[in-house]
Amino acid sequence: MSLYNEVAQWLDDHWDPNMSLLAWRSLVADSGWGAPSWPSDYYGRDMSPQDANVVEQAFGDFGAIGAAQSGVRMLAAVTLLAHGSHEQKQKYLRGILTGEDQWCQLFSEPGSGSDLAGATTRADLRGDEWIVNGQKVWNTSAHHAQYGLLLARTDWDAPKHQGLSYFIIDMEQSGVEVRQIAQMNGHASFNEVFMTDAVVQRDDLVGNVGGGWKCAMTTLANERRSFDRARDVGSRKGRQGKIFTDLEEEFAIANAPYTWYPQRAGRVDLIIEQATVTGAIGDPAQRQDIARLHIMAESAKWTGDRAKAAVKAGKPQGPEGSLGKLAASNVARLAARVHTAIAGNDALLTGPDSPMDGVIAEVLVSTPAISIAGGTDEIQKNIIAERVMGLPKEPRFDDGPFRHVRRNTSSPDTQS
Amino acid sequence: MSLVYTEDQEQFRESIQRFLNDQMPATKVRQLMATDHALDKTVWQQASEQLALTGIHIPEDFGGAGFGAVELGIALEEMGKSLFCGPYFSSAVLSAYALMLCGDDDQQEQWLSGIASGERKACLAVTETYGLWQENDIQATATLQSSSNALLNGQKCFVIDGQSADLLVVAARLDTGIGLFVADMHTTGITVQALDTMDSTRKMANIQLSDVQATPLAHMTENWLDMLLNVACIALSAEMIGGAQRLLDSAIDYTQLRYQFGRSIASFQAIKHRLADLLLEVELGRSAAYQALNTLANCDLREPNAEQLSKLTEHASLAKAAVSEVYLLAALETIQLHGGIGFTWENDTHLWFKRAKSSEVLLGTPAEHRERMLTAIEAGLTLKENAA
Repeated sequence: MSLYNEVAQWLDDHWDPNMSLLAWRSLVADSGWGAPSWPSDYYGRDMSPQDANVVEQAFGDFGAIGAAQSGVRMLAAVTLLAHGSHEQKQKYLRGILTGEDQWCQLFSEPGSGSDLAGATTRADLRGDEWIVNGQKVWNTSAHHAQYGLLLARTDWDAPKHQGLSYFIIDMEQSGVEVRQIAQMNGHASFNEVFMTDAVVQRDDLVGNVGGGWKCAMTTLANERRSFDRARDVGSRKGRQGKIFTDLEEEFAIANAPYTWYPQRAGRVDLIIEQATVTGAIGDPAQRQDIARLHIMAESAKWTGDRAKAAVKAGKPQGPEGSLGKLAASNVARLAARVHTAIAGNDALLTGPDSPMDGVIAEVLVSTPAISIAGGTDEIQKNIIAERVMGLPKEPRFDDGPFRHVRRNTSSPDTQS
Repeated sequence: MSLVYTEDQEQFRESIQRFLNDQMPATKVRQLMATDHALDKTVWQQASEQLALTGIHIPEDFGGAGFGAVELGIALEEMGKSLFCGPYFSSAVLSAYALMLCGDDDQQEQWLSGIASGERKACLAVTETYGLWQENDIQATATLQSSSNALLNGQKCFVIDGQSADLLVVAARLDTGIGLFVADMHTTGITVQALDTMDSTRKMANIQLSDVQATPLAHMTENWLDMLLNVACIALSAEMIGGAQRLLDSAIDYTQLRYQFGRSIASFQAIKHRLADLLLEVELGRSAAYQALNTLANCDLREPNAEQLSKLTEHASLAKAAVSEVYLLAALETIQLHGGIGFTWENDTHLWFKRAKSSEVLLGTPAEHRERMLTAIEAGLTLKENAA
């Protein structure tokens, strides 16, 4: 029997849309079909990515729901699979697939954004517990997460990258306080997290003491893909059965931080439609700007296609693979400008009074985020210059024991 | 659609690179650009006969190698990198495509084989006073004497390599519309006046036609001028992206070698970020050029349907607008990143700057092509609506 038929048969035998979502996903997780490319010891089937795609295809064709994928959970899974202990994989991976547990990332700090390795949240071993003190920021979904992926400093005498360790922290304890951060576009996708004598069990250290940076890099390398997955989940709206009601509920919560992401990218897809509505499409000057935007957006898309095709053909990736994020920033910024020009005075308004029930206004107040989130344009340019073009690095002033490295602050005046 | 080159295509590119590195270094470009025709007969012969570049895209039936637009794009890209001097764009690209689009089988057989072998160098004369690829800028007249003979009068302007060509492909106005005609350059009544071009690697001439006997091409379709302009824009885009890459490479090299304040200036973020921005622009332009070449490779040249034509026009004008701006940006940035030396005659950057400036305007300015692209998009949307 072909793999595809085997999956279809299994779905035929087990799928019941009147089950609860959790009950169904427990079946999926325990069967190994929820994460077929994972090891068979940990809810997977040791399959190649190609075979895993066949399984995903079979689920899709059947109309069945797969394992939970939204939010930060897959970043946690990838990191634990790569660096976690046997016990950690057994303890946490199932809850990731069933959707029982939500996860968040606790990396950035007020004093370490671009310079992530400058983190000063500290974890000190006392007996069998790590005691954590410090503040994290920009933590998506932390307000309903059960677990956090925590990067904290455990050695102040080691150089900055070598004094960090990676932990799983229980978010539902008194030492952890989560506050939502209101954004300029009215959403609150992120949080700040204050840890005051918060406790991490000794077994929840991931990898080695001092090996946190390597683990964090694994998490970050997979960051982009998780957002693509999060959006997929919404495509099964309107299906009948308890399982779909559950899914929609889950999706509403899981996707809440991301509803403005399409607007953040500039909504180039709405340009010609809006220009036709307002008549801007007949103005020669506006047509030039609309055309410029179209050219930039199409070229960026084709550049991404070239990068994907190169990877698929097994070729070494050229510069095209590192440019997507920077291109997306430029597209979003130009899109906001063109949307403004097309809307004219309507760009003064927001909400239901404004074009497309506020969608265009949301573009205008959301696009400034895209050149910051996930690595600023400036950091991207450094990476492109140094890793793609091979230009020399800037001199650094942060080597030696971290204890003696000048601390990052927002304002030099506060440093003492 | 092929977004990745095959092994064979990569090898083809490498063989051209080797040839051009040997035969067309900047010193050679400087020698040739100071001459009237910018043509080295030995190099031209090698390019045509040994590498078969002049016939790469011409069907085997008509003496070519039978490859397509993608392979032609590879050749043009490499030539753009080295600033190849010789009538390649005018003869092998513009004139050959005019014949492939508008000639009947006999006519293609008669003229294409000479172009494919490089023995015959053709030039294409479409534009006149305003340099526009539009029917209303074509005022030269043609009077049919018979089905195979017409009498041409008028003046053609901005004809690339008009002074070194031995075959003329020329657009003129009949009572029934615009046609293309072919004449030997030595025909009585043809007067060539060489122009002083800012980019002296790209020679141009005005051509006076006075009762010139010429043969009308027999496969004139409704959209031939648009199709020919599309092909020309796409080919030029391939050449331009090669030039832009060459400029970027030289900027990367130079900023690393140049030391100020005790460090390589390429270690300053002010320089790095400029170069990263430029790399992004060049890669976006490359994608636009490659996409357009792919669209051309998949288009029926002689009988495109309305959908193919609107898509090809969209992608051709997109590439022309995008890549010509990238090329000029690359030239300006490279001069800036070289500092004072970048403004000297001795430094090679100005050779590519002038080619970029020339390419910006040739075949229509970026603004004209943005408008043309948007019009094609709207035409495509209307086609879709009507189909639905």
